[in-house]
Amino acid sequence: MKKIYLTLPVIAIMVIALVSPVLTANKSPEKGETLPVFNLPIPKNPAEKTYLGLSGDGFFKIPQIKAKVVIVEIYSMYCPYCQKDAPGINELYQRIQKNPDLKDKIKLIGIGAGNTPFEVEAYRKTYQVPFPLFPDKDYTIHKACGEVRTPYFIVVKINDDGTHQIVHAQLGNYPGAEPFLELVLKASGLK
Amino acid sequence: MKKKIRIDSVLIAIAISMLLFLPRAYGASEAFKGNIYKVGDLKPVDSKLMVKVGNQAPHFTLPSLSGEKVSLGQYRGKKNVVLSFVPAAWTPVCSDQWPGYNIMKDIFEENETVLLGITVDNIPTLFAWTNQMGKLWFPVLSDFWPHGAVAKKYGVLRSDGVSERALFVINKKGIIRYIDVHDINKRPPLEDLVSALEKLGK
Repeated sequence: MKKIYLTLPVIAIMVIALVSPVLTANKSPEKGETLPVFNLPIPKNPAEKTYLGLSGDGFFKIPQIKAKVVIVEIYSMYCPYCQKDAPGINELYQRIQKNPDLKDKIKLIGIGAGNTPFEVEAYRKTYQVPFPLFPDKDYTIHKACGEVRTPYFIVVKINDDGTHQIVHAQLGNYPGAEPFLELVLKASGLK
Repeated sequence: MKKKIRIDSVLIAIAISMLLFLPRAYGASEAFKGNIYKVGDLKPVDSKLMVKVGNQAPHFTLPSLSGEKVSLGQYRGKKNVVLSFVPAAWTPVCSDQWPGYNIMKDIFEENETVLLGITVDNIPTLFAWTNQMGKLWFPVLSDFWPHGAVAKKYGVLRSDGVSERALFVINKKGIIRYIDVHDINKRPPLEDLVSALEKLGK
């Protein structure tokens, strides 16, 4: 009997040890944390490249974007709420771009969870999305982000020394461009 | 000793729950909240096609969500038709398939094509489910009774009574031009369907 008491917890600890890395990778990114590690392709489109302050070819990580704050929307062309919010997110982009104090400080990108490049283009065309969108065809990034439901918003503050942290994260409930921008400014300390 | 047992039980419980809740790859939309039933990984295809490309598409008439009956024959000579069978309401991948088609009305219209969404669910279930998708521009048909009869005619009724995730493209003459009985666990990429539509010619 005593043996069982000794063995079961050992097995339990082993299971926890084996499974927990998977679980960690499958937890949604939250405020106070750093982003999960993943690469995005440097856009071919020169305007998008300039917008993100990137050069050359290959891949980049979000903290390499030339900005103080990056807003990441994990979305899908197949997601009704993302579709409904799309015009409001475009308006957020316009508000930032029209403000000379903010346009170099805040950048916006979208990641299409499970969307092929064709599907990302279809979404861009349908909603005239003016900021860079990236396909995540095999759900690689989506998995690294804990398979969040969509749309999921992550606000990342990039520090001068290249480090970064998530200052805000939320599932759905997009309140519209103005309140969301206000929230981003407060959370990131830009205001 | 008592305390130790308690710690042990906690550890074991944690381990078991971790195994139970190992995550799966789904791109669920917040629109459906927590209402998507996780079916787990299913056998990719579990039926045998009864038709092939080049065949006349089997005729059917089914009730639609709007209350009207829809027959395949009513589009003969007028429109190409896409039949989109999805396995069942409130399941992970299906819930994220039609909303995509819903923003692609232009592509269907450009190719003179109507889309008919079909499941084996009854009308009230389809009503509640599709309400989460926003307003759909295409008819949604219920192949509920006799259960799955149309799916069976096409050879896409699975052994557990739901249909495959299948696309049939039928031209204006009623001839099947494209079939994709897709792995039920995955969403068919939009580009495959669009390229099939573009091949139909005007």
